[in-house]
Amino acid sequence: MRMHIDTDVCTGHGVCEGIRPDVFEVGDDGVVHLLTEEFTEDDRQDLEDAVDQCPTQALRLEG
Amino acid sequence: MPEQHLVVVGASLAGLRAVEAARRAGYEGEITLVGAEEHLPYDRPPLSKEFLTGEVEPNYFRDEESLRTELEVDLRLGTAASELRPTERTVVAGGAELAYTGLVIATGARARELPGTPALDGVYTLRGLDDARRVRAALGPGVRTVIVGAGFIGSEIASSARATGAEVTVLEAAPVPLAGAVGERMGAACAGLHQRNGTDVRCRATVAAIEGAGAVESVVLDDGTRLSADVVIVGIGAVPETRWLAGSGVALDDGVVCDETLNAGFPGVYAAGDIARWPNPLFGETMRLEHWTTAAEQGGLAARNAIDPEQARPCATVPYFWSDWYGSRIQFVGVPTADEVRVAAGDVSADSFLALYRRGEHVCGALGLNQRRPVMKLRALIAKHGTWQDALDVAAAG
Repeated sequence: MRMHIDTDVCTGHGVCEGIRPDVFEVGDDGVVHLLTEEFTEDDRQDLEDAVDQCPTQALRLEG
Repeated sequence: MPEQHLVVVGASLAGLRAVEAARRAGYEGEITLVGAEEHLPYDRPPLSKEFLTGEVEPNYFRDEESLRTELEVDLRLGTAASELRPTERTVVAGGAELAYTGLVIATGARARELPGTPALDGVYTLRGLDDARRVRAALGPGVRTVIVGAGFIGSEIASSARATGAEVTVLEAAPVPLAGAVGERMGAACAGLHQRNGTDVRCRATVAAIEGAGAVESVVLDDGTRLSADVVIVGIGAVPETRWLAGSGVALDDGVVCDETLNAGFPGVYAAGDIARWPNPLFGETMRLEHWTTAAEQGGLAARNAIDPEQARPCATVPYFWSDWYGSRIQFVGVPTADEVRVAAGDVSADSFLALYRRGEHVCGALGLNQRRPVMKLRALIAKHGTWQDALDVAAAG
């Protein structure tokens, strides 16, 4: 699984961080950054929720 | 076992997320998606923001090909559902009877009308894409624009209209805007954005009449004040679109009454988004939210519950909404009814502050103006029933 963040589209709502604060974080630059890129199948539902609930559709999950 | 058929009524965000979630969960039965509008599912928040200020295209979430082929959806747009017979597991839409095994009700809400508003050119509400196109065409430099309602929609339209060069007056019946959404003190703080950006907001202003001959000419207030107007936009909230469910047996009370799993009281019937009223176990309160993220979240959950009711999960969520005015972002998480509201960072008379809402020993809400970093940390904290001190620590960390 790979998580992509389109930082041109992200405006730092941080909904993803609200779902998984150990994976996503809104930075001082006002956009979201990944804190880890190591995911297991147990993470899948949360990551899909983050993609689905991103208000700017900036997230994409591959694999 | 009968053929599986998931019917999703409402083809906006909640309905789309329902369809996507069902397929992702491995559901292989039929799916029918019914939408009253002719449009493919599109994103609504931009309609009161950047869509009004430039020639931007609507943001469609998916194209028709991906809906029909990738998600294998029988797509029925321009088709309003007219009847639900839950004991027969049948929906009537566009004259066709659809027998379902699972149903997601996601017909959302419609703009609330100002009672007694005459049918004059230049008077609008803003809910859908067609509305937004009409409003966009009407705005422009020097256009005298009266906005009725200083809530989030009215305020966003005011900000956008100002950006087009329109002359804007905002009328609010309440003493303070947004009191229900964020509390009186913070409502006043948010309204300060209008003042600092030169928009005329008049509180305790009740519309007595909208007048004109063919096209709108003026708005008359109950104190006799007469405002000349080329355009009037009514933004006084939304009403859940439950008319098609009248007489169905589904319990209605300002929305569809659901249980914790969003079940609407009949087998296989779930509701999602603006229309769903459900007990949110995180707060022990019954809620109906008109928030973008709630629609996305509930759409997915309602579909997963509808296709596998035995494993149905509750909808436990911390409300989140945002609003963008004059280049500033307002974000709110949680619930606003609190024992104390404390400004924990910044200054309410300036363009950046963070306010925390306390219930007993716990944080129950947070409002940020241009405070992107801490707000969602606080959402996660509220979801864990974090303490007031934890919230103060998050605020202090910035």
